[in-house]
Amino acid sequence: MPSSSLRVADLHLSFGDLEVLRGVDLVVPRGSTTCVIGPSGSGKSTLLRAINQLERPSRGDVLLDGLSVIGTDPDLLRRRVGMVFQQFNLFPHRTVLDNLVLPLRSVLRLSKSAAHERALRYLTDVGVADKAPYRPTALSGGQRQRVAIARALAMEPDLMLFDEATSALDPELVKGVLGLMTGLSESGMTMVVVTHEMGFARSVADQVAFMDQGQVVEAGPPSSVFGAPESSRLRRFLDQVL
Amino acid sequence: MSDLFDTFLDWSYIAEVFPDLLRTGLWNTLTLACSSALLGTVLGLGLALMGLSRHRWLRWPARVYTDVFRGLPAIVTILLVGQGLTVVARPVVGTNPYPLGILALSLIAAAYVGEIFRAGIQSVDRGQSEAARALGMTHTATMTRVLIPQGVRRVLPALVNQFIALVKDSSLVYFLGLLTSQRDLFRIGQDAAANSGNLSPLVAAGLVYLAITVPLTHVVNHIDRRLREGRPVRGGDTLAEFEPARG
Repeated sequence: MPSSSLRVADLHLSFGDLEVLRGVDLVVPRGSTTCVIGPSGSGKSTLLRAINQLERPSRGDVLLDGLSVIGTDPDLLRRRVGMVFQQFNLFPHRTVLDNLVLPLRSVLRLSKSAAHERALRYLTDVGVADKAPYRPTALSGGQRQRVAIARALAMEPDLMLFDEATSALDPELVKGVLGLMTGLSESGMTMVVVTHEMGFARSVADQVAFMDQGQVVEAGPPSSVFGAPESSRLRRFLDQVL
Repeated sequence: MSDLFDTFLDWSYIAEVFPDLLRTGLWNTLTLACSSALLGTVLGLGLALMGLSRHRWLRWPARVYTDVFRGLPAIVTILLVGQGLTVVARPVVGTNPYPLGILALSLIAAAYVGEIFRAGIQSVDRGQSEAARALGMTHTATMTRVLIPQGVRRVLPALVNQFIALVKDSSLVYFLGLLTSQRDLFRIGQDAAANSGNLSPLVAAGLVYLAITVPLTHVVNHIDRRLREGRPVRGGDTLAEFEPARG
């Protein structure tokens, strides 16, 4: 699977007077999975959104394969970066199949038959091919998120961003979606996963980054982040969530 | 009491005017309303897109246009456009008051329809445009393939209401002067009422208006209910997702 390395350097981002990111540094090697953890409001989601330019940083840089994404055409960047949202954000006026076909046709300019073929292949991969003719509302939350993941993967991105992908799911559906993400990680996709699932971070991540107050306070392999946290802020956070 | 009855519901007058109402008036009223609805919808969608633009020099004209044409009484616009533009229009359309009447009605409708579309498109959950943009879709593709289709569906009831208003307002072209064959429902009823000194023909015209507008209001209610409660389509599919996103 093609994949990219990602580097975030001294990234700053403000909403008006509110500084949400205050100098984020993060390196995600090609083919690895980084889980971003931290209290709500720490800037985790904003970091993801700055990586694919849904938000414009005020300072600092995001590098994909060593090339700055700031100033490049955001539409071109986003073809290479898939994103999965907490609320799925499927297109409710389109069938499941068309949710995948639309961007394949509109962005990648695939022919109708090629788009259908590819869409079905990815829906099969995530286990919801039988839902292809239905509207998203006919699906469970877990199935919807599978469709959203398939929609992002069908664009064959180099990097996948997951923004609390399981937070809106019923507890019994979380495991299946996490399993899907685990498989993707093992297949060598470069992934940045914002999550509250500490078990997933511990077992799947190559690197865990702890964010607080707009900065990466501590990052390292799960064994050291969970096993031997250095900062008091991380210790306090882990005390609360574990 | 019977005097009152004779004034408004004299059957002989009503029977006399009805064929004219149906043959000439209904057709003319519907021509005016449907043409203006079509043109008004196209202009309105343009206005909505201008109003939603990132560029100030597109938003501003749309804003001013909407304020002006919503703020003026319909009759003022109809007279200004219908009489004022005759110099320009005469070489093209001759003395027929319909083209300019339709234009005036469309300009008014566009102001309202534009606001309806804008509100509908803006009410689509932000996550929808973010998902589309995150997939690499352009601003235009996001608008036309994702936001407009969802926004328009939500405002269908409001659009039908706007069409009802057009059916009623079309009677105002009367002020532009109509030939016998050009008379709409109101004018036919009004002429017959003036000739007979009895209001029954106008009541008859009113009944034809109601025959158009009342079913339409029920159409509105029906669409509204379907959007609200959801409608089974395929596999328990519903339209409930067009409600604002929860949570």
